[in-house]
Amino acid sequence: MDKIERKILSGNEAVARGAWEAGCHFAAAYPGTPSTEILENIIKYQEIYVEWSVNEKVALEVCAGASFIGARAITAMKHVGLNVAADPMFTLGYTGVTGGLVIVTCDDPGMWSSQNEQDNRHYGRHAKIPILEPSDSNEAKIFAKMSFDLSEEFNSVFLLRLTTRISHSSGVVELGERKEVQVKGYVKDIKKRLVLPAHARILHQVVEGRLKKLAEYAESFPYNKIEWGDKNLGVISSGIAYNYAKEVFPEVSFLKLSLTYPLPKNLIKKFARSVKRLLVIEEGDPILEQEIKAMGIKVTGKEKVPICGELDPTVLKKSFNKKIHKPILELKDIPERPPVLCPGCPERGVFYVINKLKLVATGDIGCYTLGALPPLNAMDTCICMGASVTNAHGMDKAGGKDFSKKLVAVIGDSTFFHMGVPGLLNAVYNKGNLNLIILDNLTTAMTGHQPHPGTGKLARGEEGTRILPEDIARGCGVEFIRVVDPMDLKETEQAIKDALNFDGVTVIVFRSPCIFLKKPKPYLIVDIEKCNGCKLCLRLGCPAISLRKIESKEKPVAYIEPTLCNGCNLCTQLCQHNAIYPSKKE
Amino acid sequence: MKKIKKQLALEIDGVTSIIICGVGGQGILLSSDILCTSAFLSGYDVKKSEIHGMAQRGGSVITHVRFGKKVYSPLVEEGNADFILAFEKLEALRYSYFLKENGIVIVNDLQLPPMSVLTGAKEYPADIIEILSKFATVDIIPAQEIALKLGNVRVANVVLLGRLARHLKFPDEIWIDAIKENVKAQYLDLNIKAFEQGKIFKGNP
Repeated sequence: MDKIERKILSGNEAVARGAWEAGCHFAAAYPGTPSTEILENIIKYQEIYVEWSVNEKVALEVCAGASFIGARAITAMKHVGLNVAADPMFTLGYTGVTGGLVIVTCDDPGMWSSQNEQDNRHYGRHAKIPILEPSDSNEAKIFAKMSFDLSEEFNSVFLLRLTTRISHSSGVVELGERKEVQVKGYVKDIKKRLVLPAHARILHQVVEGRLKKLAEYAESFPYNKIEWGDKNLGVISSGIAYNYAKEVFPEVSFLKLSLTYPLPKNLIKKFARSVKRLLVIEEGDPILEQEIKAMGIKVTGKEKVPICGELDPTVLKKSFNKKIHKPILELKDIPERPPVLCPGCPERGVFYVINKLKLVATGDIGCYTLGALPPLNAMDTCICMGASVTNAHGMDKAGGKDFSKKLVAVIGDSTFFHMGVPGLLNAVYNKGNLNLIILDNLTTAMTGHQPHPGTGKLARGEEGTRILPEDIARGCGVEFIRVVDPMDLKETEQAIKDALNFDGVTVIVFRSPCIFLKKPKPYLIVDIEKCNGCKLCLRLGCPAISLRKIESKEKPVAYIEPTLCNGCNLCTQLCQHNAIYPSKKE
Repeated sequence: MKKIKKQLALEIDGVTSIIICGVGGQGILLSSDILCTSAFLSGYDVKKSEIHGMAQRGGSVITHVRFGKKVYSPLVEEGNADFILAFEKLEALRYSYFLKENGIVIVNDLQLPPMSVLTGAKEYPADIIEILSKFATVDIIPAQEIALKLGNVRVANVVLLGRLARHLKFPDEIWIDAIKENVKAQYLDLNIKAFEQGKIFKGNP
């Protein structure tokens, strides 16, 4: 029987396994769906140093340092995370590597949990860095593993590009053993790593030469392969799109591309010559299509295949008007079910007050972005990590004193450490009137509760140095600093009003642990006699509270679902008729 | 177990497609893991696709599972799912467009009103089971109550998986191995009981 061990792994688990098998020594990342589980799985391999860095730029630069010493290093991030890490990536495109250096970028077509669906395949071309694109979990492991050897062989950073449907899809993976690789040690080489203009001018020539060698290698790369079938139609595809296309066009000829930058031009020409009609099926932007057209080859792509949103077999069939299965029934407007702040979330009370005081609130990226949804409706903007602070400073300066009397910026603890600090420093330095609210739930909650500097815990749970956001604010020169319990609505409202009236930059840290970090309190019960159905408690937007019609009362009364409520008492503080009481004393 | 693998693997040439859906936090990921392990241990190629992140905060979630001789796409085509395993009634209706003609919908008899219904902006559809029954075989099971009787409502997800097992050809010992592989030791017995209760529940066929 075959001795190869097989296991079902997600794409992210497979990348972590591939890095481990390649003898990787070093991993640093910042959480971001759909990339988070890559570092979370590398944590299990004790041979590898791991850290949650404060942001993606820091993580890549930390990995570059490890590579300078000759260690094999990997960083993983969501697509917009690579925007943060782009600065070092471009220069590392020139310097090349000592220990293998792999950047994993996980795009999110369809935006399941992101603010855009940017196609990061552009980055490889722009930064002159080769791209490997796995089409399933097994290839994710193979490419992650081989990218370290290739990185050292070609003296080049390698970009491993996944999407949600690779990261969070699972499939059967063949497991191998770990190859131990020596850390080469440090040798000073300023021509390679100190990119003065004089050195950079030479390095750019080196890069162009490297790309030619990589293009030759792409021609014979084992996973750039032709699968001959009916030669009337040829499909060129890569990544998850290849696996959709195989189901929609099962009999036609395929050119499956895996090393997709630089492209194997001769292989593409050979394939194009042998088929009557040529299609490119790719998700996102027409990148392969445009490069193939630039080679003078006639090809059909985005006239048929949508450029927006996720692809899937049904979308592809509709794009080429192939027969689709008739759905069993037509659906009229079914109530939406967007995500919502959990029952007992420490961030809900702050949003309730922001909404009550009719404030303008610049927002940021985290669970708290959900504060924007009804009935809380407490957020005006959300651009990228850290923009709450800087957008508010700009609005304050352009809008004037009166406007900033009604303006707050809302940012989470992890986001503040990620990119909020420079904006705060800037606002103090430029004499702004920024009113910054830091929602400190003592974890990076949205992506699954990873630690950050404010938790004092490190990636493997060991002790780190705990740094408090209020101490950083003091260091930035902020004078008005308060730490407040967001579960106390009165104190929350008073603190925000005081901050709005203060002349100068203010910081309020609303600190209370995420509900996943503590034991729930006894659930609450509505006294049907006392409740007059005023619906004030419903304004909290808590999923545990609803209205219920009962015979003895003509107006519907509030009802609290026992399996959801964890006794946070926000509704109790709102109720004017003290109709809410705990199911048992604590 | 090798013997079982051979015989099953050759049986189904095509690919079986299953949609598991519900509300974030109901334990859908664990039940899809167990399902995939069972298919794998039975000798099939298997792929699944799930959604993490924002949608999980009480949002609508859907997992695709497909197994057969060779699976390319992890995503199920609309109108091509053999089964829908729905952890909540509204989500059963929301994703019913995936179901194949004469497909089977297994529905947990549970209503979790979304925010738009809680605030009174929208109505929770009253006749979900009637609507679905016109077009598909509907198998309702009160997984919540069955789990509560076993002492832990959190195993409702494995009760539902047991219900699905009635319609699949994997032998029980493979299901038990798959549960063992995905569940912590101290919850093993509870989950195996939940699986069996789901499978033998008398309700409509």
